[in-house]
Amino acid sequence: MIEYILGHFNYWLIITVMMVGLYTLISRANLMKKLAGLAMFQTAVILFYVSLGKVTGGTVPIVDDQFTIYSNPLPQVLMLTAIVVGVATTALGFALVIRIKEAYDTVEEYEIQKMDSDS
Amino acid sequence: MTEQITILLVIIPLLCAPITAIFKSHKIAWAITFFVSLCCLLISSYILLQVIDGSQVIYELGGWQPPWGIEYKIDSLNAFVALIVSVMAVVSTVFAYASVQREIDDDLYGLFYAAFQLCLLGLLGIALTGDIFNLFVFLEISSLSSYALISMGSNRKALTAAFSYLILGTIGATFFLIGVGFLYAASGSLNIFDIASRFETYEKMQLVTTSFIFIILGIGLKAAIFPLHSWLPNAYGYAPSVISIFLAATATKVSIYVLIRVLFDVYPMEYWSKLLIPQVLLTLGCVAVIYGSVRAWQQNEIRRLLAFSSVAQIGYIIIGLALLSHSGITSAIMHMFNHAVIKATLFMAAGMILYRARSTTLSDLGGFAVNMPWTFAALFIAGLSLIGVPGTAGFVSKWYLLEGAVAQQKWFVVISIALGSVFAVAYLWKIVDAMYFSAQRKIHITKVKSGDISLAVAPKSMSVALWTGAIACIYFGLFTKLPTDAAKSVATALLGS
Repeated sequence: MIEYILGHFNYWLIITVMMVGLYTLISRANLMKKLAGLAMFQTAVILFYVSLGKVTGGTVPIVDDQFTIYSNPLPQVLMLTAIVVGVATTALGFALVIRIKEAYDTVEEYEIQKMDSDS
Repeated sequence: MTEQITILLVIIPLLCAPITAIFKSHKIAWAITFFVSLCCLLISSYILLQVIDGSQVIYELGGWQPPWGIEYKIDSLNAFVALIVSVMAVVSTVFAYASVQREIDDDLYGLFYAAFQLCLLGLLGIALTGDIFNLFVFLEISSLSSYALISMGSNRKALTAAFSYLILGTIGATFFLIGVGFLYAASGSLNIFDIASRFETYEKMQLVTTSFIFIILGIGLKAAIFPLHSWLPNAYGYAPSVISIFLAATATKVSIYVLIRVLFDVYPMEYWSKLLIPQVLLTLGCVAVIYGSVRAWQQNEIRRLLAFSSVAQIGYIIIGLALLSHSGITSAIMHMFNHAVIKATLFMAAGMILYRARSTTLSDLGGFAVNMPWTFAALFIAGLSLIGVPGTAGFVSKWYLLEGAVAQQKWFVVISIALGSVFAVAYLWKIVDAMYFSAQRKIHITKVKSGDISLAVAPKSMSVALWTGAIACIYFGLFTKLPTDAAKSVATALLGS
């Protein structure tokens, strides 16, 4: 059992990061904090993919007689794309927060909802 | 030759979008967008003609062999979805000419059309690709551009609507990505057809169930399946009218297409039937139909009313899929097409009302039908089609759906469909009552230069787009051969019988 827990140490960490991100996203009313939670949530998935590709004792995938075990490079390549998507999402989110701040003069969700339901 | 043409569907908007972004002039930006969507329409109809007999078009990106390279494998379902998307792109671009000048700031024309083309590119890409990670990338391209497009709505509520869509859409996409990761860990492949062909070898792994649940949840969020629909009413209700038309007609349909692919092609039907998925989807579909229709009936603003009605209509499609019978799936595929046409027409009518009256709140529109009889007539036709009156497009797909439900003796499904139709009559009657039977009221309009003729006349381009939709609603109700044949061939291919 202990071996199982320690053997999957990286996955426990990833689950923790993911849940912290998701919890922040759900529980905070501040839009900036929501975006921070969202970014953490996405980062956890990136870590998850990178963990998937790692082979114990494996090296980088280079052609050389000395090495026979390689880590899988494909998940890392996929994550380059996912990182770009994540950056774009966060940037767009920040841009929207700026526009919301200009339009409502607040970034607190409850105040925005109150203004919306009043108008 | 045919293989090379398929990639152009993605390449043309991808190349034209940055060029469009440079131009400040509305005419040039619009002309490029119109050219792009027309090209996409020509190409996708050409591809559909190639594959309608059941053959496939295969394109390997960069000449890399699948399963290592990305592969576009186009059968009748892909081609049908691509055609829906590009037809709607052309219709909404025609509508856009007058509407965008009114609703979007002058210095944003180029960027608006560039984002529109990127959204088109993403949706077409989802429809074409056979690689599940590539599908995620296209999903995010279309979603990111639609967040930006929705936020350009004139009401400040569009901003919060876009923000909550961004949060929920990203959670959905990330869930999908986690699911893809688990599936990759189990199968070692990202090619949909490769994953499916070796499914028995890793079916027993716990990972596969986890991946299935994550993927279904992620797509369910994007497709706005009840109870994951909360982003939809605000997003479609406050977006610029062109974007409401385009997204309501295509975005959720494309997500449902992904759901169909995942359910019927990636995971075998025997596998997920054991997980109670059909029963869950059937129940959610029935709840969505009733809930969406009741909420639509409670709305006082035409575009929000139509958006809630979309939630209900997605319910019909989900019910059709979950019946797992030939007529059920035929109705689901047909309703994807019919609902795209009907909802686009209704949103176009709402857009024209917004253009002339500067408001779509029902209490502002008392007796307004007298001022725009033709628009109102088109809205009425599309409304009848939405209810499912015989002789209109909506009737055909509902008929197949009822046939499938009765054949399986699922009476609660029959009852929910009937209730949904009754409420559809009720909420559309609300519009008719306010616009036609209420006492005429002088409309209070602000921010208009005196002598602006737009109050008296609706632009020609808008009317053309609107009536194309309205006539299509009738045409596909009377001459049902084309969509029925396509839907039946898809259903046969999916059920493998």
